[in-house]
Amino acid sequence: MNEIKQDTDLAIRMRGVTKIFGDDPQNALELLRTGKSKTEVQAETNHVVGLDNVSLDIARGQIFVVMGLSGSGKSTLIRHVNRLIEPTAGEIIVDGTDVLKMSLEELRTYRRNTVAMVFQKFGLLPHRSVIDNVAYGLEVRGVPKAERLERAAKWIDTVGLSGYEQSRPRQLSGGQQQRVGLARALALDTDIILMDEAFSALDPLIRSGMQDQLVELQKSLGKTILFITHDFDEALKIADRIAVLKDGAVQQEGKPEDIVLKPANEHIEEFVREVNKARAIHVRTIMERGEFEACEYTVPETARCEEVLPYFAEHQWVGVTNDEGTQIGRVTAKRVIGALARYTPGVNEG
Amino acid sequence: MFPEIIDTRPWRRAIDDSLNWVVRNWSDEFEAVAYPLLMLLNFIEDVLIATPWWLIMALLVGIAWLATRRWQLPVIVLVSLLFLGIMELWEDAMTTMALMIAATITAILFSIPLGVWMSRSARVRQVVTPLLDLMQTMPSFVYLIPTVMIFGPGKIPALIATIVYAAPPLVRLTDLGLRSVDPAVMEASRAFGTTPSQRLFGVQIPLSLPTILAGVNQTTMMALAMVVIASMIGAGGLGYQVLQGIGRLEVSRGLFAGLGIVVLAIIFDRITQSFGKQLQAKIGLAETR
Repeated sequence: MNEIKQDTDLAIRMRGVTKIFGDDPQNALELLRTGKSKTEVQAETNHVVGLDNVSLDIARGQIFVVMGLSGSGKSTLIRHVNRLIEPTAGEIIVDGTDVLKMSLEELRTYRRNTVAMVFQKFGLLPHRSVIDNVAYGLEVRGVPKAERLERAAKWIDTVGLSGYEQSRPRQLSGGQQQRVGLARALALDTDIILMDEAFSALDPLIRSGMQDQLVELQKSLGKTILFITHDFDEALKIADRIAVLKDGAVQQEGKPEDIVLKPANEHIEEFVREVNKARAIHVRTIMERGEFEACEYTVPETARCEEVLPYFAEHQWVGVTNDEGTQIGRVTAKRVIGALARYTPGVNEG
Repeated sequence: MFPEIIDTRPWRRAIDDSLNWVVRNWSDEFEAVAYPLLMLLNFIEDVLIATPWWLIMALLVGIAWLATRRWQLPVIVLVSLLFLGIMELWEDAMTTMALMIAATITAILFSIPLGVWMSRSARVRQVVTPLLDLMQTMPSFVYLIPTVMIFGPGKIPALIATIVYAAPPLVRLTDLGLRSVDPAVMEASRAFGTTPSQRLFGVQIPLSLPTILAGVNQTTMMALAMVVIASMIGAGGLGYQVLQGIGRLEVSRGLFAGLGIVVLAIIFDRITQSFGKQLQAKIGLAETR
């Protein structure tokens, strides 16, 4: 697997990023470095630890999901990438450039050309029409009017809002408004898109549709997407990799399956317990590789457990095929049940 | 009796002497600085008086129609203006209107930039807020007399006194409006790499325009409230009629001129308010939060 990556493959690299909110963060930082917990630091100095020594490597072309409950620091984390929030300590390298060393002018250029952002509360300009909202980033970048409207119209069409170009944001539903927010970010055609709980304000059906749309868009455009959510199901559905955040610190980072199958601690185990594992686990992670007799039914290796479950009513195992349709292994009912059974320390490990 | 701790007489003398010194040595310079104000006021007054009455009526009724798109307000405006005409108050009303418009324009010119500055710096707000309180609560005669001493009685001190009294609400509401723009929208704008002035002119000012317009409304109302005092030092207009009515114990003259001021206030209040409502509906602030 591509676990060890060259720096050039990294879109975003964060090292030891720490953020402390308060008047005298340096003092609190020293306390934190001596090993005190977030609560202890808060009790002693009245400073809130937003992020505690966060290091992440986000590869190009990934959907990287940061997951955590409210107050875990995930929104603070994403705002460090485009420096809407300045860290107290640490290093943030995007495309090989140190974001924290940028001058104000460089920072503006960077925000205009390299990172676009989608917000939980949409952040649309209420006095502008939908098309002018979508064209906003391009306008700030200085793209001529005709060109930016043309590009905006194309993205409005892509997110399925044709016909609403001249509407005001308030005339749209929440889901439609978020599509405008998404189109506004996509219209900039940046390599990196930051999405701060972008779908959390939407109702479940619309959210599911937007998630599918996002995954499809990412496949066709190959963007690096840093996605923040508090919803583990959502994380599992769209993520290439997940980092779980608690009290501003990363608890575990890995592929969705790793987190579901081997939760690093009690906290993550609590999330995992609630989640639909059959949807989270891909067949390829639990299959037996090798030569087996040809099976009557096969599924692609990218299939999820829930898709093979119906076959087990009739069969002991199901074949697994690769992209070319060649059978590369099989998956047995026993394996699937093993993976889906509740994680119990000491049992079912490995 | 409160015991006399220190002798304050030298202080008073110092203040009086320094004012006299300013009047003696600097009154020409002051007058030169205030000259554009006088030009503005005279220009507006000349235009209003030279314009035929029916054209002004048509314009104001038209504006009222644009502001509401209904028939009620234009009718109120028409009736109010007919009242001014029938009561032989037209020319005085135009003079008063000119003073109010000149004061409002000048106040807008000073107050909006000051409000913008206040909204961006807590320290500026700390300094300016008590100053605005002072401008609004200090009895106007206190600063009217020195201005008359410097500029001599006439339109300039009247205009300055009106501006001092009428500008504070606009400064306050500009500051408030800019600061209460939805932070989520501001952050989004920041995330797209906008410069501070792009944010100010592209986001903050458009979104706070209804609040700023409420400030303009307040300014026009307070400017009208000053017309009687302004006429005491030579502003003329409806205020002078009121003053004469009181002086001669002619209740009718005072009453009609007073009603004339009320009528002007109604016209300008309703029109600016309706524009504010229209803007607010257009932006739809409440629903996007």
